[in-house]
Amino acid sequence: MKHTISLVVNGVERTLDVDANKTLLWVLRNQLKLKGTKSGCERGDCGICTVLLNGSPVKSCLVLAVEADKHEVTTIEGLAADGALTTLQRQFIEHGALQCGFCTSAFILVGHALLQRNPAPSREEVVEAINGVLCRCTGYRQIIEAILAAAEIERVR
Amino acid sequence: MKESYVGKSIPDIDSALKVTGKATFAFDFELPGMLYAKLVTSLHSHARILSIDASRALEVPGVVTVATGRDFPYMLGIYVGDREVLAVDKVRWVGNPVAAVVAKSLEAAEKAIDLVEVEYEPLKSVFDPFEALKPDAPILHEKLGEYRTTSAFYPKPGTNIANEFKIVKGDVEKGFREADLIVEETFKMPYMSHVYTETQSVVARYNEDGAIEVWSSAQSPFAVRYLMALSLGIPVGNICVYHPFVGGGFGGKASLHWEPLVALLSRKAGYRPVKLVLTRKEQFTIAPVREGFHAELKVGVKKDGRLVAWKARFILDSGAYGDYTVNVTRAAGYSCAGPYHVPNIQCQALTVYTNKVPTTAMRGFGHTESHWAAERMMDLIAERLNMDPVELRAINLLRPGVSTTSTGDVLPEDAGNPEQCLRAAAEAIRWGQPLPMPKEPWKFRGRGVAVAMKGPSQPSNAASSAIIKLNEDSSVDLLVGTGSFGQGTTTSLSQMVAEDLGLPLEKVKVRRMRSTDTVAYTWQTVGSRSLFSDGNAVRAALEDMKTKLKAVAAEALRVPARLLEVADGRVFVRGRPEEGVAFSNLAIGYTYPNGNAIGGPVVGFGNYISTGNTNLDRETGQGVPTIFHTFGATACRVEVDVSTGAVRVEEAVQAFDIGKAINPLLLKGQMDGGYIMGQSLALHEEMMFDERGWVLNPNLSTYYVMRAKDMPRDIKEIMIENPQSDGPHGARGMGENVMLPVAPAIASAIYNAIGVFIKDLPITPENLWRVIKEQKPALLERAKKSLLEG
Repeated sequence: MKHTISLVVNGVERTLDVDANKTLLWVLRNQLKLKGTKSGCERGDCGICTVLLNGSPVKSCLVLAVEADKHEVTTIEGLAADGALTTLQRQFIEHGALQCGFCTSAFILVGHALLQRNPAPSREEVVEAINGVLCRCTGYRQIIEAILAAAEIERVR
Repeated sequence: MKESYVGKSIPDIDSALKVTGKATFAFDFELPGMLYAKLVTSLHSHARILSIDASRALEVPGVVTVATGRDFPYMLGIYVGDREVLAVDKVRWVGNPVAAVVAKSLEAAEKAIDLVEVEYEPLKSVFDPFEALKPDAPILHEKLGEYRTTSAFYPKPGTNIANEFKIVKGDVEKGFREADLIVEETFKMPYMSHVYTETQSVVARYNEDGAIEVWSSAQSPFAVRYLMALSLGIPVGNICVYHPFVGGGFGGKASLHWEPLVALLSRKAGYRPVKLVLTRKEQFTIAPVREGFHAELKVGVKKDGRLVAWKARFILDSGAYGDYTVNVTRAAGYSCAGPYHVPNIQCQALTVYTNKVPTTAMRGFGHTESHWAAERMMDLIAERLNMDPVELRAINLLRPGVSTTSTGDVLPEDAGNPEQCLRAAAEAIRWGQPLPMPKEPWKFRGRGVAVAMKGPSQPSNAASSAIIKLNEDSSVDLLVGTGSFGQGTTTSLSQMVAEDLGLPLEKVKVRRMRSTDTVAYTWQTVGSRSLFSDGNAVRAALEDMKTKLKAVAAEALRVPARLLEVADGRVFVRGRPEEGVAFSNLAIGYTYPNGNAIGGPVVGFGNYISTGNTNLDRETGQGVPTIFHTFGATACRVEVDVSTGAVRVEEAVQAFDIGKAINPLLLKGQMDGGYIMGQSLALHEEMMFDERGWVLNPNLSTYYVMRAKDMPRDIKEIMIENPQSDGPHGARGMGENVMLPVAPAIASAIYNAIGVFIKDLPITPENLWRVIKEQKPALLERAKKSLLEG
């Protein structure tokens, strides 16, 4: 059965009719066509579908769309919405923190949420934060270093 | 001012799209009116299909059509055409697709697949490759002798052997007679999944005029096009394969996969576009994975450490299809002695069918397997001879210009410096220096090292080409067919173009969505071949373009072409840079002040074909199989917790002779990525099967792939640059090589730490515990005692 929900997606209020059994992932990708959010397992293992719900990372394949009713959702499309890349996005590029790019949205959102909450994370805190997301290409070192570098730049600013 | 691009760390040219979520993958791709396909799969490991009743499935609202194997009687494959589009008469593994439902929504298709009723008559199954070799074993492919096979492969009709590869170099028995010591051992590697993050995704549209369009997550668009045409018996030119961004491949998306099925479904559904996306579970149970490997080695060595005889028998458990695994077998066979010179070698490598998930290529294929066995064997020999494992390796490493490889060809003089790799890795890990032990008495530290070599394992005539078009604004379009799934090759190729023409990198454009209609041919994006082969084609295209530019400029400037130079986006008289003409005034032809024009649009074309490779002799395997060899070494330091069996890699070193680092940033990314994949397969990855042939761990919680926490805190990348004379700027390929020595180096370090000898992967805590219990039970007792005493 359909439910009417309202989400604030990347700062814009959206009212949607969704099926009760549809995940936030499904609604983002298929109803809102926000395809920057990827997915790799649809059972909460790989973390590739991570988005921010009220600023905190969630695996969007494990959240029903109706559960997100009246909440704020940030997807990769919500960063750099004005066309200017965030410091973190720029550091991902500079550090070569991406290869195939399929998991990149998730890592950037996790890193973004971490830096919002903790502007000066230790290396261990970064590792802890990103451990839930799987990358098969990079070896993670460049991702860790990109997040640390972004924190450093933002602090100096 | 000329900026140098080759050798410079430059982020991947597609980075901005990837960090903003704008890079489009086949997974994301949609067409108007698109339908969705789901597969009906077998619950039996081996069974005759008696009947298929789709009537209830067809009643589900939204279902458009249901197809079965009889609808599509084509055989697919690259080396041995043993794959059906959908099972026809029988199923060969649990997961074998028997039917496909096409519906207006994914939900309808998902609902309908459960309503397709298939009646089976179970047949006797075989899951163990050694059982499958017995004379009374059930035969998986009764028609093996009728399959299309390329000439390098030798299936044995009437058996489960999809290919037999042999090496005979020297006289192995004579070698054993000369040996002071003979060591025998067996080694194993399990089935594993590539776990590329984007699951296999295909959108296809069959048009009424016969034209087929395919958007696929495949690694190699031209191989998809050709193999699809070959399999379906249609003209190559009818097919256009689009190549969007691809979410990882690692060999698992090489060759041909679901493209023919989805195209045929499109036709059956009334020429509407159809999309098929595999789930992660289907990646483990339906899509091809990496084969299981069994090695028996017998090696003879002199007292001083010189290898004199090497005998290997490899059994590759290829599951239900041998299609690509026959070539994995060939590669394992011809690399059976690892990176070492041995005068007498004999090897038999068999691809064996079993009733399990089919298998295919995976990063470093054949060599990951052969080096696991060879490098473990070297440690065993070092122990028996009481020699330093590094010195034993150094004595036996192939010497460029001197040694002959297993296939009898002299290693070229410019093949890099294997010993330099070994020494660099050993030195960086502080080999031989004191190593402090952890405080806890149940924990131990050790160091290990391993070496590997590999070149592209491909047909002797694998070719590449490149087209460079000069545009009105002096920018160029670089049209290359190599796939983009994270390796960064298109970036490196763009750097070569920018460097040679003296253009800013921003002026070199590689399309985001390329297609076989619009870019230059390349055989496949596999085997660490692209930077080398496509790079050579790009270099040739640049030469062609410069010749053409000079010819027009010579006329325009009234100067002989031989006196002209190309740099900084201009053609000018050597020594007098002010006398020249800008690319923009040559791009579509040169126009004189009075309106006369000469030349015309400028396009550079270049090609490359593997040179000097030969077919390998059927009986002896002798010949030249690869266009280059890349050597490298991994060294590491591990901490082993005997109380839990957990292994933690604290430090790792990657030292590879890559000829020339075109882009150190991206190269380091490959070296780290290859490292962690190697560590993951060393310590964790194993697909497990139950006694009925079902995969027990078809998901990413029970099939563990390494996460950020598992990465060693210290990882050092050493780039050694002894140039390859025929490589672009001296470079050779390395994408796979960087993974090869990792697992044996870790096993070596565990041996160094606790003195237990690992033969089989993965080294999970429970597996290591078993080995300790078997080889050093006192260690466990001591650990227990010290833990209890706190």
